[in-house]
Formats: sequence, structure tokens, C-alpha cells
Amino acid sequence: MEQERKIRVIVAKPGLDGHDRGAKVIARALRDAGMEVIYTGLHQTAAMIVESVIQEDPDVLCLSILSGAHNALFPQIMQLMKEKGIEDVLVMAGGVIPQDDAAALAELGIEGFYGPGSKLQDIIDYIRAHLKR
Amino acid sequence: MQVMSKENYADNLRKWETRCLEPFLKKYPERKENFKNLSGTDIKICYTPDDISDLDYEKDLGFPGEFPFTRGIYPTLYRGRLWTMRQFAGLGTADDTNQRFKYLIANGQTGLSVAFHLPTLYGYESGTEMTVGEIGKEGVAIDTLADMETLFSDIDLGKISTSMTINAPASILLAMYVAVGEKQGVPADQLTGTIQNDILKEYIAQKSWIFPPEPSMRLIIDTIEYCTAHVPKWNTISISGYHIREAGATAVQELAFTLADGFAYVEAACDRGIDIDEFAPRLSFFFNAHNDFFEEIAKYRAARRIWAKRMKDKYQAQNPESWRLRFHTQTAGVSLQAQEPENNIIRVTLQALAAVLGGTQSLHTNSMDEALALPSEKAVKIALRTQQIIANESGVTNTIDPLGGSYYVEWLTNKMEEEAEKYFQKIDDIGGVIPAIRKNFFQMEIARSAYEYQIQVENGDTEVVGVNFQRSASCSPEKIDLLKIDESVAQRQIQRVQDIKASRDNARVEEVLEAVRVAAEGTDNLMYPILDAVKEYATVGEIIDVLKSVFGVHKEDAVF
Repeated sequence: MEQERKIRVIVAKPGLDGHDRGAKVIARALRDAGMEVIYTGLHQTAAMIVESVIQEDPDVLCLSILSGAHNALFPQIMQLMKEKGIEDVLVMAGGVIPQDDAAALAELGIEGFYGPGSKLQDIIDYIRAHLKR
Repeated sequence: MQVMSKENYADNLRKWETRCLEPFLKKYPERKENFKNLSGTDIKICYTPDDISDLDYEKDLGFPGEFPFTRGIYPTLYRGRLWTMRQFAGLGTADDTNQRFKYLIANGQTGLSVAFHLPTLYGYESGTEMTVGEIGKEGVAIDTLADMETLFSDIDLGKISTSMTINAPASILLAMYVAVGEKQGVPADQLTGTIQNDILKEYIAQKSWIFPPEPSMRLIIDTIEYCTAHVPKWNTISISGYHIREAGATAVQELAFTLADGFAYVEAACDRGIDIDEFAPRLSFFFNAHNDFFEEIAKYRAARRIWAKRMKDKYQAQNPESWRLRFHTQTAGVSLQAQEPENNIIRVTLQALAAVLGGTQSLHTNSMDEALALPSEKAVKIALRTQQIIANESGVTNTIDPLGGSYYVEWLTNKMEEEAEKYFQKIDDIGGVIPAIRKNFFQMEIARSAYEYQIQVENGDTEVVGVNFQRSASCSPEKIDLLKIDESVAQRQIQRVQDIKASRDNARVEEVLEAVRVAAEGTDNLMYPILDAVKEYATVGEIIDVLKSVFGVHKEDAVF
């Protein structure tokens, strides 16, 4: 039955940033909320992340970055997704992303920015309300 | 004066409960059903001599500067010399960070601490694929000796000590520091400072590993052997709990995993045949200072006692210097909040005070804006001033271990030691630290604690002011001025590396890199060829690539 299908999520850590506490907490929380979660592990390039998206066909891609490299890496990921014709995946971002940067990244199609102090339940609710398929 | 026996305390406590507490509770119940500290330990309403009835002053506490050093490692502590005020700094290019260092020194900082950017931590040359977006962002970009010369330009390495947060490529950055010293006319045996050089906690928590554990351990023991012979005042490893804690561990886990790593290094160096009393005095530690005030203080006290006992009794070190656990402390980055960032100043003050009451040797206080960006000059200055106010105004430095003898703190110190011993046993049962890393033991323990903590915050069981308690709807997280790293930094750094590569003797570089490869394939100490390579301006990336070709790279399981 359609409503029984689990929401599939990839949690990805682009770049060299090793701060994986938040990503792992989110991964567990989404799993505990009944979603199917794939965690990429650390040090992913844009190409590796988009390859995972192609292989795993998730509903949601959660990107976590705390190094300040988001302005370089997120546009690469979005560009590659576009090239591959992937348009129905909800792309969200977490970590340390200043508001000004988030506004520019939103233009590229990233939505749902959750930084430090966010509530897990808010993230879960956002995903359920904004799925693109 | 009436003397009460142990039995009398317990008996009198029960009488107090019936006589005083219970009727009071009927009228005024407590705020919560259970009171727990951050490690989840139940905390009683009040501690009495009964809780520490087995405590033997001479055996368990001793006097400052004497075994087992529970009260402190020096007989005068801050009455003799204040802790080193050492702010971790690194941003943009070497020139940018050199400016920040001078600013900190001008404001009374007494030691340097270098934050390298991620490409240096992972051994990638600026401009290669993995460095996109990362150059100069989370720290200073150092590719060659030329950058290191700029970083310490007009700073006399004979007069200041420097701590370098560098792990997998630690031997290379140490070699660069020695080379800069040489150029400044400071002989290696006069250099003072620290390389973090703690790879075990990288696999466990911070994750800036490059090679698999075994060759990584060999590199570390090579640096210990080299420093013991040539840089005797250098701290060869900063055995770090900081990152373990930041990744989500409790205070007990931080204590246990860090000391377990320390024992693993001691055993590895002894296996190399280095005399324990030659190298152990130069091992240092690095702990977190988190929110639970008394738990943090008890943690430092327990750490000193456990280390001293093990070093003396198990590893048979003879030199009291080998028994002393010296440590740096940094306040908890993870406790900083993006909401109402000025509140972070208060959090940092309390954490820093815990570190000082716990007897730290050096201290970094975080800046209020670090949940949002790298710290601005203003924020860094407030953080440094926080230490100066504790040191010079509060009076807490007048006596050593002022909380020693507190029923609660002594009970908690004992309790944390017991809990740590249980973890040591578990790690031994798995077969040691490296097998436990391979089985993801630490990683899963930490992930579990991090998740449990988040759930507690979510439920409101743990209150965070301005976040889940008294959150103000109007407060935007970013009403303070933040530091932005200029995007031109990357281009400038890439150009700088290319210029160096065009101007150095490239045939000679080939030769020295080949010598590194040969040493890596054999068992000779790698520090010597690495020192030759950095002096020829080989890049960190080039040296690491050679080592990777021999050692391979570590792969982590993506567990959560």
C-alpha cells in the first residue's frame, strides 16, 4: 500500500569536515521516526553523493556541513543533480550555514535549513510535509 | 568537639531525613523526580562523610605535587605560575593568522595554538580536488615551509611555546617547526610546544585520519623517538579527550577513552624499546570543559589519579615526572548556542572556572560566536579576558584544589574512577584500543550518548537557556558581527604553492621524497627524511602522497 512505503533518506557529509555528530543524530532520529536511512559516511565529493542518489533513489537528501565549504560544495551537488535529471528529491541542509548563504543556496533548490539548536521533531515534520513525490 | 563515627553519620542522616527533610518535602516537593549529572549519574540531595568513608587522604589524595597528584601536579600550582592562556587560532593564509597571533600576544596571551585548515589536516595540497571550498576556512592554510615561515614571522620561537593541532601529518608539521626554529637561530632543544599527534582519537571521534592505525602508530612512535633525542622540551602527543567529548561522549567516556588511548601509546613506545621514563614525561593531555561544573572538576582529579597509579604500578615508571598528568583544557564548543550568542560568554566562564579549579596547565576559552562562524577579533578578546578575570580578579588561584575534601567532589572523583575502570576492562576484553576501533566500539558508544543527549534536550529533561528554555521568539541568531573568510584566500594560496614549486630545486625534491618512500617501506625513523623534505619545500600533500603509496589509507564504517 502506498502509505506504508517508508520514506527513504540519504544523510551525506560532503567535503573534508569530520563533524559527524549532528549527521549521525539526525540519521538515528529519522530511522526512529520510521524512515529508511542511508548514511554516506565522511569525506564525500559532490560526484560521490550524486552517485549515491542515483543508486539509492531516495526521497530526501540531507547534507550536513560545518566547515564553511557549503558555498562551494552545495552548488556542485545541485548542478550535478540537475545534469542527471534528478528533480523529485527534497534536498535539505544542516550544520553551520549563515543565513545570508542559506538564502543564496535556496535559489538553487535547497530547502529546509536546520542549524544548531534545531528540534529533531521539526526536521521530521518538515520532511513529511515537503516530499516531492 | 564531638567526634562522630562512620555509623553515626549514616544513622544521623536517616534521622535528619525523617526529622527535617520528609516533612519539608510534603510541603515543598523538589523540582524534579531525579537529579542526574551529564553522564547520567544519580546525584543525591546531599553528601556526607559517609559517602567517602573509605577515602584515605595520603593514599587517595596526597599533597599537591606528590603521588597520586589528585590535588594537583605541582606543589605551588597557580601560586607559582598561572596556567598558559592559549587561544586556538587559524584562519585564511599564514599571513592572516600571523596577524591574529600578534593581536593575541599584544592582548596578553602567553602561548600560541595553531588551527590548520582541513586540507593540511588531511594532507591535501591546496588546489587539488578535495580542497574545493575548504582552503583557509576552518584554519590556516599551510602547504610548505614557506607558509610556516610566514606564520611565525616576527615571533621568537625561543620565547613562546606553540601547540599545533595536527594529527596524521604531525611529523611533517613538527619538522617544519624545527626548520623554522633553525632559520630563526633557535636550536631544536630550546623549542617548546606540543603536537597533538593523537591518531587514536581521530578514528574514535575527530575523524581526520589518513593512514590505517598500524602505520599511524609507527609515525607517532617515530616522532617520540626523534623528540626524545633532539627536541626534549617538546610535548610529543596531546592525548585528547576534547574531540571525543565534542562528538557526544559523556564525561565518564571522555575520561576512560582518553586514558585508554594514553595507555596504548605508552605500550607502543615501550614495545619500540624506548625507556618509559625517557618519553612519558613529555606526554600531555587535552580535556574538554563542559557544562556540569562539579563533574568536570572531578574528571580532572580522577584523570590525574588514574594516570599516576597506572604509570607507577602497572608500567613501573620510576621518574615522578612520568606519573604527572599535565593537561590543556578547552571549553566545550558543542555547548555554544547559536541562539542569543552572548549567553555563551557566561557558559564559557563557568567551564573555564571548572578547568581552573580542576588544576589545568593551559586553557583555551571559546568565543561567543563560534556556533555561527570562526571567531571575530572582538569575540576572541572577550574570551581571553574571561581567563584573565578568573586568574587575576576572582581569587580562586590563591590555594590549590580548593574543592578537595568536599564530600560531593571526592565521592564523584571516586565514582568516575570506578566507571572509567569498567571501560578499561571492556576495552581489554575486546583486545585493546585498535581492535575496539575496528569493531566501532567507541564510535557506537559515542553515537549513542550523543543521541540520548539530543533526546533529553528535545524532551526538556536537559535545559538549554535560549534554546529549549526561555527561548525568545524575536532573537535572530545572527545579530552579532561575524568573521567572513574572503573567497580570494583560496586563489592566493593556490598561487603561492605554485610559485614555491616553480622556484625550488625540483630534482632535489624528487630525491628527498624518494628517501621518505624508502624509509616508509623499511623501519628507519621517518622524521629524518621528512625533515630533509620540508627543508626542500616539498608540500605537505606531496609527502603525504608518498606515505599513502606505502601505507594505504584508512576506511571507516559509516555506522550511526
